[in-house]
Amino acid sequence: MKMLKGGYMGNKNKMETRNLNLYYKGFQALINVSLPIKENTVTALIGPSGCGKSTFLRTLNRMNDVIDGTRIEGEVLLDNDSIYDVGVDPVVLRKKVGMVFQRPNPFPMSIYDNIAYGPRIHGHKKKDTLNEIVENSLRAAALWDEVKDRLHKSALGLSGGQQQRLVIARVLAVDPQVILMDEPASALDPISTAKLEDLIHQLKSNYTIVIVTHNMQQAARVSDFTGFFLNGEMIEYDVTNTIFTAPRIKRTEDYITGRFG
Amino acid sequence: MMSKRLKEKAGFGALAVLTFMAVVPVVSIIGYLIWIGWPALTWEFLTQPPRKFLTEGGIFPAIIGTMALTVGTILVALPLGIGTAIYLVEYSRENFFTKLIRIAIINLAGVPSVVYGLFGMGMFVLTLGLGRSLAAGALTLGILTLPIIISTAEEALLAVPDSYRYASLALGATRWQTVRRVVLPVALPSILTGAILGIGRAAGETAPIMFTAAVVYTPRLPDSVYDQVMALPYHLYAISTEVPNVSQQMAFGAALVLLAIVGAMNLVAVVIRTKMRLKRMR
Ligand SMILES: Nc1ncnc2c1ncn2[C@@H]1O[C@H](COP(=O)(O)OP(=O)(O)O)[C@@H](O)[C@H]1O
Ligand SMILES: [Mg+2]
Repeated sequence: MKMLKGGYMGNKNKMETRNLNLYYKGFQALINVSLPIKENTVTALIGPSGCGKSTFLRTLNRMNDVIDGTRIEGEVLLDNDSIYDVGVDPVVLRKKVGMVFQRPNPFPMSIYDNIAYGPRIHGHKKKDTLNEIVENSLRAAALWDEVKDRLHKSALGLSGGQQQRLVIARVLAVDPQVILMDEPASALDPISTAKLEDLIHQLKSNYTIVIVTHNMQQAARVSDFTGFFLNGEMIEYDVTNTIFTAPRIKRTEDYITGRFG
Repeated sequence: MMSKRLKEKAGFGALAVLTFMAVVPVVSIIGYLIWIGWPALTWEFLTQPPRKFLTEGGIFPAIIGTMALTVGTILVALPLGIGTAIYLVEYSRENFFTKLIRIAIINLAGVPSVVYGLFGMGMFVLTLGLGRSLAAGALTLGILTLPIIISTAEEALLAVPDSYRYASLALGATRWQTVRRVVLPVALPSILTGAILGIGRAAGETAPIMFTAAVVYTPRLPDSVYDQVMALPYHLYAISTEVPNVSQQMAFGAALVLLAIVGAMNLVAVVIRTKMRLKRMR
């Protein structure tokens, strides 16, 4: 058991939310959510559709700012600093907290340009540097061997699974500290999903990962900690193994054993 | 009772007839133009100024004038139109101001072109003191085209999936970087197609330039934006209504040239669109 192995519980909080409320116009989508996100671990967020997982994830890199009419209360910390402070530039924040979306969304550009996009907008111009970043990112995302001969072909020609790893490589290329993934495998076949899960395992040593999934086996396989959401509330948070074998709260157990959701 | 198949056949038949009826006028107009106008298209006609009160010689200054007006229209309408569309789609949240802009655009699109002509005369020729000039004409035509360019550009931008914007923003791009590097390149083929079609229409307009830029006769080519010019649509108007004894052949020849210029622009639009689409898919 992971907790008994001892490593992760002691990890410091890379991010943390405290009494977080989020409103879409009049509708409250997050209610008093307090959750730690430990450094160099994978935290899974589970819960039925519409319970606020994606919304929560987007509060961590301020992508909700982009949506009209959202309002937020409470705190979100990155390395103990509030990311909603007036002095914080969301653009700088998002460089540190990257995001992978549910549907693979490569830009309609070449594979190379997709990966180089982030570094370029952040001011890297030298060809050598860019080449190096592109190769390293693709290697880290376990995609290099499959695409190294077609770097300058359109990324839209890749399979869904390859596109999702490409998108991860694109995130890695801006050198983030935290990677948020919103149901990254939901559009993938089982083999691509397995590859993606392997990748998540490898990335953990260098990054802090938060993954939303509706697939409980997946949460159990890839994560160290799990938070269970229901109707905008965080019902239970614990070491993944505990959540899946001995949840403290009845509603968690009901969900995990498939009694609803 | 008619059988289903028979009904379907009858339906398709009716549609085919309607399509044919829609095509007939277009084909006959173009056919008639070519039939009468083609013999007029001599080297002299295309490269020489008119002589003898427009009854002889060529239409070269009018061709150049129309092209200059078109380039001017592009310079006025494209940046302004695309800029407005970007503002509306990418930056503004729905508010009173954006509603006002939209209402203005819708209403501007319905204003008859002669009204633009009068406005252009009042605003650019007289108030701004540009006089009857290339600049005043291009500004007038530019404003005339603006509603089309704004609305096609808006549509093109709206058609770009939000997932691209989110991906870019989530990588730490600013809104402008996102627009400039991701959204615009995707939308550009449609924007340009719409723009060129709109500007092609403007190139054929008479009313907006007759008070602002065009003259019946000048052998001089424009060498500054303050010069007045001959222009094909106005030339056509003049030789058909104001100048006696112009051969029908010459009038149709000029019309044919105007049609060719507009047609060439539309062709360019199609080529740009196809090229850019293909480039993105490779
Ligand atoms: N942009 C939005 N505007 C208004 N309501 C939204 C918006 N996005 C999500 N919601 C609502 O917030 C709740 C949580 O949604 P979401 O975070 O997408 O849930 P999940 O990812 O767990 O399926 C849902 O009731 C949803 O309808
Ligand atoms: Mg979701």
